[in-house]
Amino acid sequence: MSDLEAFRAETRAWLEANCPASMRTAMPSDEMVWGGRNLEFKHEDQRLWFERMRDKGWFCPDWPSEYGGGGLDHQHLAILEAEMRRLRCRPPQINLGIWMLGPVLLEYASEEQKQRFLPPMARGEVRWCQGFSEPNAGSDLASLRTSAVLDGDDYVINGTKIWTSYGNKSDWMYALVRTGPMVPKQAGISLIVLDMQSPGVTVTPIDLISGKSSFCQVFFDNVRVPKSQLIGQVNEGWKLAKALLQHERRAMSKFSEFALPTHFDLDEFLQRCLPQPTSADEVVLHQRAIACMMNEEAYSLTNRRMTDSLRARQDVSGLMAISKLVHSEQEREKFELLLELLGHEALGWEGQGFSPRDLELTGAWLMSYAQTIAGGSSEVQLNVIAKRVLGLPDAK
Amino acid sequence: MSLVYNEDQLQLLDSARDFLAARSPVAAQRALRDEKSPLGYDPKVWEGMIELGWSAVALPEEHGGLNFGFAGFAPLFEQIGRHLTASPMLSSIVLCAGLIEQLGSADQKALLPALICGEKRFALALEECARHQPETCSLIARKTSEGYRLSGRKVWVADAQGADSWLVVARSEAGQRAIFIVPADTQGVSVSPRQMIDARNMAELTFEDALVEASALLACGNTENALERVLEQGRTCLAAELLGLSETLFEMTIDYLKTRVQFDAAIGSFQALQHRAARLYIELQLARSAVMGAFECLERTADNAAECARLSSLAKWKANQAAQLISNEAVQMHGGIGVTDEYDLGLYLKRIRLAQAQLGHSEFLARRYAEASQGNS
Ligand SMILES: Cc1cc2nc3c(=O)[nH]c(=O)nc-3n(C[C@H](O)[C@H](O)[C@H](O)COP(=O)(O)OP(=O)(O)OC[C@H]3O[C@@H](n4cnc5c(N)ncnc54)[C@H](O)[C@@H]3O)c2cc1C
Repeated sequence: MSDLEAFRAETRAWLEANCPASMRTAMPSDEMVWGGRNLEFKHEDQRLWFERMRDKGWFCPDWPSEYGGGGLDHQHLAILEAEMRRLRCRPPQINLGIWMLGPVLLEYASEEQKQRFLPPMARGEVRWCQGFSEPNAGSDLASLRTSAVLDGDDYVINGTKIWTSYGNKSDWMYALVRTGPMVPKQAGISLIVLDMQSPGVTVTPIDLISGKSSFCQVFFDNVRVPKSQLIGQVNEGWKLAKALLQHERRAMSKFSEFALPTHFDLDEFLQRCLPQPTSADEVVLHQRAIACMMNEEAYSLTNRRMTDSLRARQDVSGLMAISKLVHSEQEREKFELLLELLGHEALGWEGQGFSPRDLELTGAWLMSYAQTIAGGSSEVQLNVIAKRVLGLPDAK
Repeated sequence: MSLVYNEDQLQLLDSARDFLAARSPVAAQRALRDEKSPLGYDPKVWEGMIELGWSAVALPEEHGGLNFGFAGFAPLFEQIGRHLTASPMLSSIVLCAGLIEQLGSADQKALLPALICGEKRFALALEECARHQPETCSLIARKTSEGYRLSGRKVWVADAQGADSWLVVARSEAGQRAIFIVPADTQGVSVSPRQMIDARNMAELTFEDALVEASALLACGNTENALERVLEQGRTCLAAELLGLSETLFEMTIDYLKTRVQFDAAIGSFQALQHRAARLYIELQLARSAVMGAFECLERTADNAAECARLSSLAKWKANQAAQLISNEAVQMHGGIGVTDEYDLGLYLKRIRLAQAQLGHSEFLARRYAEASQGNS
């Protein structure tokens, strides 16, 4: 048996023995476990699953073990992910730090910063949020204005961030700040990490169309952040931000592959609502649903091809560039279809007369719009593909 | 196999590219069209393909094959698409040799080496409708003391002209499907050529009490699985061809966007066109993944019929969709030159439409996918 096959067998056995049965079901949104200072579990099983995966180093299986990771290479990682999917294991926790900031720290932070920030992250002890966007800096992120001015050993931060997901529940933020003069705009930006409990930080939640308010505006009023919390070189944050956004898109393109609460299986609803299409309108709807499922399968084959290409040491930048765009648009289209399939049942807001799962669907549909905007809108992704992948010229 | 080419496949790809670039550039296809060659392909190029072993890749060694595996067709058909090369690979090898290998008696399988080395060439006579409808079959085979009498009509028989024999799908008096190997000189069969937009070899066959010997029967009653299997293989090869055709048009278009200047700027700097170009790239990537997925599935010999039905339908469906979009956008983005005969784009567009229709248009494939997903393929 090859090393990989032995690892697969071992992993399968471990997951079967250690992942509680209740952690192998689709996850309702109020059962997501977020890492952080204020860990909350609704069931004992959640705690068990969290602690076992943590102790394996499998919150971040591909990080070096010296920083608390699992030390797996990409082939072993692919096996672990496949085995988790096979058993439908829930993610043991959700943690932006691990998905996005961690890989950037591994690549760019000083040794001291790695030692300080990575191990707690790898144990799920800190909940992170992303402070990039500002009211006047969305797609044009580089025009951000929140300033960080050096004063002794501290940076003093003033300005505001917006659309900060879970800003109200997070312990720490990684933020882009302006440390240099305004021109040229990409050149004066730095990446800094800060404790959300620092004096001068105010957080205001913003309601979303889905009824949630995970979004926040964050205000900084003379917030002092030690200079040692600047990541990488001063004024070179743009490079780090670009790397981080790539990790974000990769994480987003994987969202529904795991048993996240946003996952709805179109085929299951098709069987339930339209087992035998007869009238012309039903036939049309059925055909649209089939096309949508076919596109989903082509996308999931594309993900497999990306893994295979990596293994064959081929360039996957093109595939990576399309991934989040395709996934988020397919999801939105799927939700539109689910809405039509369920008719009024899918348009309930709350309370009596609707099944909780259908209400969840309505919320997930409304959230699906967010995915085509967050992490760079579809249009911005198309710009990236056109310029970086296809090499089309810039406008004059 | 994985969803990327392995070393062996890459070697096939390279040698196919070199061979076709030298021996079958697009200009050669244009010349075949202009001289209205009834064969629709260049027999010398076909000979060259045979010498390179293309016709032998998927067949077992005992019948003169190379036993490379079905996945060997992926790089070959992709390159065939890229170079717009006509050949009897699909009709004679994938479809006919594939059927004989699965259904033939020992005597009939003895035909395989002759097909592989090009000494003989067969074509599959299946369709009876304007659109691919493999279940429709009213050509009837009546048993007689001497053999069988065939009556009926087959349309859209690719590479029918000049074939040595046709594999004819018929229905027995008891209503079972049967397949016959009908020699081209059989009395009572007439061949009417059909001039198609891709200028390839296409004809209609009419059978008027055409008598064949009893030994011409390839199979009766137990044909369905084998027929499905070769049609799935054929669809997957066509999907690879469509991928090659589409990628070529896509590359032509991206080059054009970079070089054509209007309003003092390369038209590729206009965001309206950039976004459309990026969407074409996305469709191509999804199509390639689907095609690779189908080859991987068909390569395995395990009992995975429903999965093969699903993935081969997906592959051709997605390749059809990508080709439709890319061919239309390619013409549009080229402007006036895109609709001239002088420019190669039109040749690709026309071949794409034929390949889209062959062995299943998109709606047919979506239906098959849906049926196979429910396990009643
Ligand atoms: C669910 C969600 C979570 C988010 N979480 C966070 C977070 O945690 N932290 C954070 O910092 N930010 C977060 N964001 C912000 C997100 O990154 C921005 O919303 C996004 O980058 C778009 O910026 P904008 O909203 O200002 O829209 P704008 O940039 O104003 O865009 C408006 C429209 O113009 C289009 N457009 C803009 N520029 C171009 C162009 N060059 N070419 C073509 N079209 C263009 C856009 O595509 C869009 O359609 C989140 C957003 C969402 C929806």
